[in-house]
Amino acid sequence: MTEQLIMLALILIKLVLVFAVVLSMAAYLVLAERKLLARMQLRYGPNRAGPGGMIQPLADVIKLLTKEDFIPATADRGLFLLAPGLSALTALLTFAVIPFGPTLELFGQKLPMVVCDLNIGLLYFLALSSLAGYGLALGGWASNSKYSLLGSIRGLSQLISYELAMGLSVVPVVMMAKSFSLTDIVMAQAQIPFALLNPPAFLIFLISIFAESKRTPFDLPEAENELVAGFHTEYSGMRFGLFFVGEYINMVILSSMLTVLFLGGWHGPWLPGIAWFMIKVLAICFLFIWVRGSLPRLRYDQLMNFGWKVLMPLALLNVLITGACLLGMG
Amino acid sequence: MMATLTFYLAGVIAVIATLLAITRSNPVHAVIYLVNSFFALALLFYLLGAPLLAAWELIIYAGAIMVLFLFIIMMLKLSPSSAEKGLMATSGQWVPVVLLAVALAGCTMLLTGLDSLTARGIPRWHATPRDFGYSLFKEYALAVEIASFQLLFAAVGAFYVGRPDEPKDSRGGA
Repeated sequence: MTEQLIMLALILIKLVLVFAVVLSMAAYLVLAERKLLARMQLRYGPNRAGPGGMIQPLADVIKLLTKEDFIPATADRGLFLLAPGLSALTALLTFAVIPFGPTLELFGQKLPMVVCDLNIGLLYFLALSSLAGYGLALGGWASNSKYSLLGSIRGLSQLISYELAMGLSVVPVVMMAKSFSLTDIVMAQAQIPFALLNPPAFLIFLISIFAESKRTPFDLPEAENELVAGFHTEYSGMRFGLFFVGEYINMVILSSMLTVLFLGGWHGPWLPGIAWFMIKVLAICFLFIWVRGSLPRLRYDQLMNFGWKVLMPLALLNVLITGACLLGMG
Repeated sequence: MMATLTFYLAGVIAVIATLLAITRSNPVHAVIYLVNSFFALALLFYLLGAPLLAAWELIIYAGAIMVLFLFIIMMLKLSPSSAEKGLMATSGQWVPVVLLAVALAGCTMLLTGLDSLTARGIPRWHATPRDFGYSLFKEYALAVEIASFQLLFAAVGAFYVGRPDEPKDSRGGA
């Protein structure tokens, strides 16, 4: 009985910790992005709230919560209210299957460092990532505004262009690891990460997650200099905040997925597993910000052409070649 | 106990959501109810011991096909205020719906009555991705190939229908 109680307490602590870490990482990513972008553009960035602007995220949350929650008169009320929640929820739920460290021994109990090790973990990620499109699409449509609708249409056309390539780029990973479980996939990379074994799949997945995160160079649904703010133009207060924080949670999640699928997860010399995981995730988050500071935005016909005519055939070819190599090696 | 309760709850949600989906006049609302129904269906698959099918249900139907529907609805510029009130179908259109429903119910009852069909499948509680894959590509390989050929035909047909028009003067009118 006591053993079960300890197990339950450990699981609850783990859940709370995961939520706290992911949410505070998302909040501080906003600050990190503003700071780093400012440095890249020879500015200082936010430096008024607290030492070096460190409590800026808190100030932002207070501002968002005290603003008026505005709903346009012609909007589709139900869906308008639902959309921001969908956006943040799908991002948060994905973290349930991501293993962030090796199994831990505590009080004689084995505690896996993953919320739920599904045997279809990878498919769970793909399912939720495709559902994330609904938050964007419904938000823009329900606003009943030109700019929002244009943002949504662009977002959906983007989604149907890169999603197939993303799905196909992880097929070689499953073939090499012989499992859909993310823990097994990390275990299979104990010797050498899949990014070195299969660089094309790594590159296609990297490009796809940039499109998935809806950030430069694929920030077509927002495109602030053409569409005001795209799909979330009509949102204010914390509803806008949910879209905003959802984007940054998504950044953390996608970096974690890239780490788990291609960079060997928690494997690394000297440091403990969780430290390696964090280092890799933060490095990819930095890459996200760096790219935003460096690249211009694509047009959406360019993106669709690139997704369907370059990325997808490449991903298919890669599946074929990987299969042939695995067959040849027995 | 808990699983049984969830199973029936999901079943009821699936039926209600599907009914709402076919009676909404607003196409976006119909899509949302249909997605809802797919979710409930995926839960049913999961509880029946087929997590792989549950994931595919969500990825392919809810994640890809319904997104495509939404995309088309938005391209047609149907704004929230433009939808009309009332049921989608007129009384004349209800006849084929009812006929189809009766035919489907009959087929389902016939199929579930045949023991050999249910007995031949994979063991219900062991449908891991590996077992499912073996079963699909060994026992039912021919059926899978036929289905994929049909998809290929459909793709070729869509390509033919959507081909760019030839310039008119080169064909001499028509």
